[in-house]
Amino acid sequence: MSAGTFTPAPGAAPFPRQVLAQASIETRLMLRNGEQLLVALVIPVLALVGGVVAAERGGIELDGRAVDVLTPGVLALAVMSTAFTSLAIATGFERRYGLIKRLGASPLSRTGLLLGKLGALLVVQAVQAVVLVALALALGWSPDGGVVGGLLAVPVALVGSAAFAALGLLLAGTLRAEATLAVANLVYLLLLVGGAVVLPRSSYGGVGEALVVLPSAALGDALRAALSEGRLALVPVLVLAVWALVGAAAVSRTFRWE
Amino acid sequence: MSAPAPAVEIDGLVMRYGDTLAVDGLSLDVAAGSITAVLGPNGAGKTTTLETCEGFRRPHAGTVRVLGLDPVRDRAALLPRIGVMLQAGGAWSGVRAVEMLRHVAALHAHPLPVDLLVERLGLGECGRTPYRRLSGGQQQRLGLAMALVGRPELLFVDEPTAGMDPAIRRTTWELLEELRADGVTTVLTTHYLDEAERLADHVHVIDHGQLIASGTPYELTKAGGAATIRLVVTEPFPPDAPASLGAALGPATEVLAINAQSLLITGPADASTLATVSAWCEQHGVLPESLTLGQRTLEDVFLQLTGRELGTPAVGAS
Repeated sequence: MSAGTFTPAPGAAPFPRQVLAQASIETRLMLRNGEQLLVALVIPVLALVGGVVAAERGGIELDGRAVDVLTPGVLALAVMSTAFTSLAIATGFERRYGLIKRLGASPLSRTGLLLGKLGALLVVQAVQAVVLVALALALGWSPDGGVVGGLLAVPVALVGSAAFAALGLLLAGTLRAEATLAVANLVYLLLLVGGAVVLPRSSYGGVGEALVVLPSAALGDALRAALSEGRLALVPVLVLAVWALVGAAAVSRTFRWE
Repeated sequence: MSAPAPAVEIDGLVMRYGDTLAVDGLSLDVAAGSITAVLGPNGAGKTTTLETCEGFRRPHAGTVRVLGLDPVRDRAALLPRIGVMLQAGGAWSGVRAVEMLRHVAALHAHPLPVDLLVERLGLGECGRTPYRRLSGGQQQRLGLAMALVGRPELLFVDEPTAGMDPAIRRTTWELLEELRADGVTTVLTTHYLDEAERLADHVHVIDHGQLIASGTPYELTKAGGAATIRLVVTEPFPPDAPASLGAALGPATEVLAINAQSLLITGPADASTLATVSAWCEQHGVLPESLTLGQRTLEDVFLQLTGRELGTPAVGAS
C-alpha cells in the first residue's frame, strides 16, 4: 500500500536554497518589469549619452573629458536607482499585495527574504555595470584609476547600496505603496538633478560643499575618486556608512511587514 | 487507545483592534485529521482567529497552540508544517501563476509535484498569465495550490471557494476530502453553509468574537429532534405575529421572523403543529403563499442563534 498523494511530508528547504529561489524570482521579476528597467538602465544610459553629447556641443562645462567625468557618476546613479528606487517601489507593492504576508506564512524567514532581495539587487547591479561600462568604453572612457580603481569601486558600491537600500526600505515599510512609488521617484529625480551624483559637487558652485552629506553626492564622490584616481575617498565612504547604519536602525524599528 | 492531541487548541483568546474587541474569550479545539469549519458573519472574528493561529498576530490574552507549538514563539518550527491560504492576494502582480507556485514549492523540503496541483486545480489554462490578470476564482485556486504544495500537516484556508464557479467549487471540495483521507487536518472559514454542511466534521459557530455553538453538522441541525416549517405569506404579518403564533403553538416550538412576510417555526413537525399554524392563519386573516416543511439546516441554526441571517457570501470580508 502506498501513501496517499497528499500524505503530509512537511519541511523547509535548506536555507541557501530558499535564498537562491527568492533571489532568482526577484531578479526575473525586476528584469521583466518595464518601469523598473526604465529607472535601472534607460535613465542612466540617457544620462551618459546625453551628458557626453551636451558637453560636445558646449552645453555643460566639465573639468575634463565628459565621458571620463560622467561615467563614475552614472554608475553611482545606477546603484541608487536599483538599491533605492526599485527596491522601495517593489517592496511597497509586495506589502500591498499580501506577498510579504504570504511569504511570512512560508518557511522563508525574514532574514531569508532580505538576503534574497539583496541577491536580486546585486545581480541587477552587475547587469547595469556591464551595460554601462561597455557603453562608456565605446564612448571612449579611459578609467584612470586603473585596476586598483576598479577593485576599490566594488566595496564602495556595496556600501552605497547598503545606504540606499536602508532608505528605500524605510520608505517602503512605513508608507502606503502609492506614496512609496511617488516619493521614491521624486527623491530619485531630485537627487539626479541636485544631488551631485552624476555631476561632481564642483559643478554646483557654492552649495557644493554642503552637498557632501547627501548619500548621492557621497557615492558619486567615492566612485569618482576610485575610478578616476584609484583612490579611496574616506569621508564620502564614512558618510555612506553612517546613512546605512542610521537607516538600518530606523528600518528595524519602523518596518511594518503588512 | 487515547485520542490524538488536538491539532489546534485555543483557550480564552482575546484580540483587540484599538477599542474594538475582535475576539472575546474564544475557546475551541480542532481534532487532528478533521475538516473543521469556523462559521460566522462578517466581522465575527474568524480571520483574526485564523491569523493568530498562523502566528501573524500575538494574542492579547489567552493561549493558542497549533500542533502543540506556540505560533509566535515557535514560528520557525511551525511554519513549514502548516499550509496557509489567505483570503486574498499573496503574489507579485507580475508573476505568472505557475511560476509563483514553483517558487513556493522551492521553499519546501518535499513539495508536491507542481504539475499535479496545476492539473488538479485546473491552473493549466492560466499557467503563464500574470497574477494581476487572473480571475478571482483563478487567484483562489492558485492560493489553495500554494497552501498545499509544501505537503502540510495542517491547512488553514480562509473562504476557500469565494468567487469560484460551482464546478470548480465541487472539485475543490473533493480535493479537501481527499486531503482528509490522506491525514491532513483542515481548518476553514466560510460563509457558505452548504460548504460547511457538506465538508465539515465539526462546525464552530462564532459571532461577535465568541463561540456560540459547536458540534457536528448533524448535532447542530438535529438538536432537540427539531424540524422546521417556513411560512411565507402574501401580505406582511401583523407586528406581533411571532409572539401570537408562538403562544398558540406552545413552549415546544420557537417562532422567528425572517422578514416581514416569512416566519421560521422550529419544533416538532407533526399534524397538530400544522393544524395550529393553519388555524392561526385563518384567525388572523393571513393568506399563506407557501408552507414548507423541512429539516433544520445550518442556516436555520445560525438564524436562531444570532437572530440574523448569515447573509450572502462576500469576497474580501471579515
